[in-house]
Amino acid sequence: MEFIVASSVGALTAAGIYLILRLRAFSTILGLALLSYAVNVFLFASGRLAIDLPPILSPYGEASYTDPLPQALVLTAIVISFGMTAVLVMVALGAYLESDDDRIDLPDAAEDEESAGGAAQ
Amino acid sequence: MTVNDFSLITIALLPFIGALFPGLMIRAGRNTSAIFTALPTALSLIMLLLLAPSVMDGQVITVELPWLPQLGLSVAFFLDGLGLLFAAMILGVGLLITLYARFYLSGDDPMGQFYTFLLLFQGAMLGIVLSDNILLLLIFWELTSLSSFLLIGYWKHLPEARQGARMALAVTGSGGLAMIAGMLILGEIAGSYKLTDILAAGEAIRASDWYLPALILILLGAFTKSAQFPFHFWLPHAMAAPTPVSAYLHSATMVKAGVFLMARMWPALAGTEAWFYIVTTTGLVTMVLGALIALFKDDLKALLAFSTVSHLGLLTMLLGFGTPMAAVAAVFHIINHLTFKAALFMTAGIVDHETHTRDIKRLGGLRTLMPVTFAIGSLAALSMAGMPLLNGFLSKEMMLEEAAHTDWAGSPHAVPVLATLGALLSVAYSFRFVGHVFLGPVRGDYPHEPHDPPFGLWVAPALLVGLVVAIGLLPHIAEPLVRVAAGAVTGGTLPEFHLKIWHGITPALFMSVIAVLGGGALLAIHRPLDRAWIAAPRPEAKAIFDRLVGGAVGLSRRITQMTHDGAMSRYLAIFVASTTVLGYLAWRGGGLPAATRDLLPVPPLVLVGWILLLVATGSVVLMHRDRFRALIVIGIIGLTVSVGFVYLSAPDLALTQISVETVTIILLLLALHYMPKASPVESSAGRRIRDGVIAVAAGGGVGALAYMFLLRDTPSISDYHLANSYEGGGGTNVVNVILVDFRGYDTYGEIIVLGIAGLVIYAVMEALLNGPAGRKLRSTDYSRDGSRDRHPLMMVIATRVMMPISILVGVYIFLRGHNQPGGGFVAGLVVSIALLMQYMASGFAWTQSRQRIEYHSMIGWGVVIAGLTGAGAWLGGKPFLTSGYDYFHVPPIEEFELATAMLFDFGVFLAVLGAVMLMLYSLSRIARHAGETVNPEPMDYDPSARTRIAREEE
Repeated sequence: MEFIVASSVGALTAAGIYLILRLRAFSTILGLALLSYAVNVFLFASGRLAIDLPPILSPYGEASYTDPLPQALVLTAIVISFGMTAVLVMVALGAYLESDDDRIDLPDAAEDEESAGGAAQ
Repeated sequence: MTVNDFSLITIALLPFIGALFPGLMIRAGRNTSAIFTALPTALSLIMLLLLAPSVMDGQVITVELPWLPQLGLSVAFFLDGLGLLFAAMILGVGLLITLYARFYLSGDDPMGQFYTFLLLFQGAMLGIVLSDNILLLLIFWELTSLSSFLLIGYWKHLPEARQGARMALAVTGSGGLAMIAGMLILGEIAGSYKLTDILAAGEAIRASDWYLPALILILLGAFTKSAQFPFHFWLPHAMAAPTPVSAYLHSATMVKAGVFLMARMWPALAGTEAWFYIVTTTGLVTMVLGALIALFKDDLKALLAFSTVSHLGLLTMLLGFGTPMAAVAAVFHIINHLTFKAALFMTAGIVDHETHTRDIKRLGGLRTLMPVTFAIGSLAALSMAGMPLLNGFLSKEMMLEEAAHTDWAGSPHAVPVLATLGALLSVAYSFRFVGHVFLGPVRGDYPHEPHDPPFGLWVAPALLVGLVVAIGLLPHIAEPLVRVAAGAVTGGTLPEFHLKIWHGITPALFMSVIAVLGGGALLAIHRPLDRAWIAAPRPEAKAIFDRLVGGAVGLSRRITQMTHDGAMSRYLAIFVASTTVLGYLAWRGGGLPAATRDLLPVPPLVLVGWILLLVATGSVVLMHRDRFRALIVIGIIGLTVSVGFVYLSAPDLALTQISVETVTIILLLLALHYMPKASPVESSAGRRIRDGVIAVAAGGGVGALAYMFLLRDTPSISDYHLANSYEGGGGTNVVNVILVDFRGYDTYGEIIVLGIAGLVIYAVMEALLNGPAGRKLRSTDYSRDGSRDRHPLMMVIATRVMMPISILVGVYIFLRGHNQPGGGFVAGLVVSIALLMQYMASGFAWTQSRQRIEYHSMIGWGVVIAGLTGAGAWLGGKPFLTSGYDYFHVPPIEEFELATAMLFDFGVFLAVLGAVMLMLYSLSRIARHAGETVNPEPMDYDPSARTRIAREEE
């Protein structure tokens, strides 16, 4: 189970990072969404994994529970990352409408990058 | 806290409090503003004088309040002889300057601003001389740099004023930075940041290996502030300030701060060879050089500025000698220099004010035209020259006496000869001040007809000159103050001494005679010397400084342009790659403890979910250019993650994730409507491989980290939450109790952030629609993207039915949140989804016109309710956000619980709902501008309309 969670975190992180390195705003937003999943799950996992032990106190005497603190932190993190994504979407939309272009690099910088990339080939 | 302690703190803080008033009071007139400046100064001065007797008796008044004890920073003040002397000077001259400035500044100058800056500066200066904590002293030290920047640049319209202010700030500010480092070293050596502790630890400090670096750094601060060579150049340029500022900052106070610091640190730092050679040599060079340049300055204030540089050099040299008698001479000269130099600056200001020029070559013969000014100016100037029966003579004699028996690197002549030379030059420029301005024939070409100024302008310098003469004739009246201040400098006993006019035939007397005769002779041949001086090449400090600044600016600009080229993808790549490398290095350096947890089993269903997640993630990467499909697949990932949360005992997270997922995808879809639907292939294959390598390395690292982490136990504070959730927070859902109680303050901040995000989106939308983007939206045709069945019958009906159910679910989730999975966050999201569905089914405008909720105020109310609930705890005498709860039984309902935390959660609910809806509202506004029409009917095809038409036909 631990491997399943860890590898999912790794895969989501890798995909997210690849996408934020793309040149278009929308890809970056997708990448950030994936990174948010990865980070949230990672934080959640810092409470270690437990099955069928939700942190809802049982009225029937002694019981064991999973770690509630990371869950509380991740809960707000999910909501905040939603807010962040929404702001980014709006900014990206605005940038596209203002400049007719949704590249994230400045124009001359992008050309430098491309020529450098071309030279490397 | 005793009365004395209280007075001491009040003395130090009054100027800062007082600084609030002149700016306001200027509306009541210039006199009122001046009075409100004088008032706090006078009050502080009176309180200081009340404390003075006990200080003169040798007591030291100390007071300490903790501020940041972890850093060793406390609000600690102490008043000893040295502090008393300087505080009295600062406040006394401050009063005179306030009076003088009232008459000096013209009606066009913003006087309230001037007085505010002046009081700020005065407070900072007082803070320096009273601080008993070197960190506090550093704060005040920087404050003097900042407030003097404001004062020097007071005439903002003059370029010299701006440049002079900037130069002063650059030089004294960088010296201050060096001093911070030096003081921190000093504090580390002494093991305390309390000044009195440091002064007592002199032995240990001088023996430490870190003594020399600390000494040099601290002296850098002192030398820059006190304009010692080679940092002297800023002071003449600071003369662009109004004359009251020059008289206050550049004769009496700020430039003395460096001297004060050396005097203050004397017991800790002085007495070593390094101290002697650095301080004495710098002082000596500065003294001679400053006096030499002063002789050839034609601007009255520049002459005085360089003479100040020279006198500060003299003081520095005396402190460098390191003998108790030299300290006595230094303290005495500080008093004397203050009296005659402030008077001279004010005289220069009067001359400037009355004749409209400060150029010595255009003046002369003012003796008969301005007799009062002449009397004041020449008495002060003669004192500066060191003529007998004036106070400047006394301290200069003492200085020469000390210089006469000081060896410098084995030579007994170097110091006495150079000191005499300095004195000689000083006589020459002082005589020049009198001779070339007041004496000589009356001229006919003054820019303005000169006459004596009003009483208000000359009374302040007259009072100072009164002191010059009084101390000059009856030196013993200054003796107690000098004794107690010098005693504080040396931190020990002083040799027997008496301040008197006649010391007998001493070497100093001969040196004085040589200086006076030589000075007079030098002035006699000033004209040819001046021509030679002007012809001689010499380095121009301002040009060098400007080149240095220009070079630094150019260098930082080049570096910025090189590293900050606007390619965001490049920054991100560098950032991710270096973080990965750092993580790897940390892992290499640290090693791993053995695993302590066993692996949990993997049921087949989980395996299916895992494969689904990996495939979906891979698909997003592969098809990210097809934006619409990538978005849908992202939804799948979100759902898989939610299911994972359910399986791994996190029901709250699952609920939140599902609802957030829904809202996010809807918003993204709406935004995508106005953006390109596909990303073109732009990056080269090489670049893609590079990004892929970075991504896989980083992802692999994070995955490995997570795996290592999952197999090991670490101590956690969660047991506390589990144990106290029910007892303390009144809820069995520990996650919810943590959110609304244990870490309620976090949650409070988070709903504010979310609210701000909503408002930011709204603001961006408004800005967009009013700008070129709005015009573009209106002129673009989006109709071909529109569905032909925009408001389908089935969807409208289904959402209508769903609406009350969803809202009920929201309410249910909210109410049970404290004890079962749920709560304000999730409820807010669920209700917003219920509303979202209406908007999607019948169009935003149609729905909007059927409700009257202001989403802005909803966010506001949410934050206010949450905040008030938190503040309510204060009524019960508990800290912010302490929750209370109780159980109620109202038949026929089962017993139920009411907790204040629920009210807090309600605030969370409102803020979340408001923020989400405001985001949607913003996107819909864009849609309206893009030409979306308002449909009159809830759905495009309404079957009931046909029955109605049929009825009407009947």
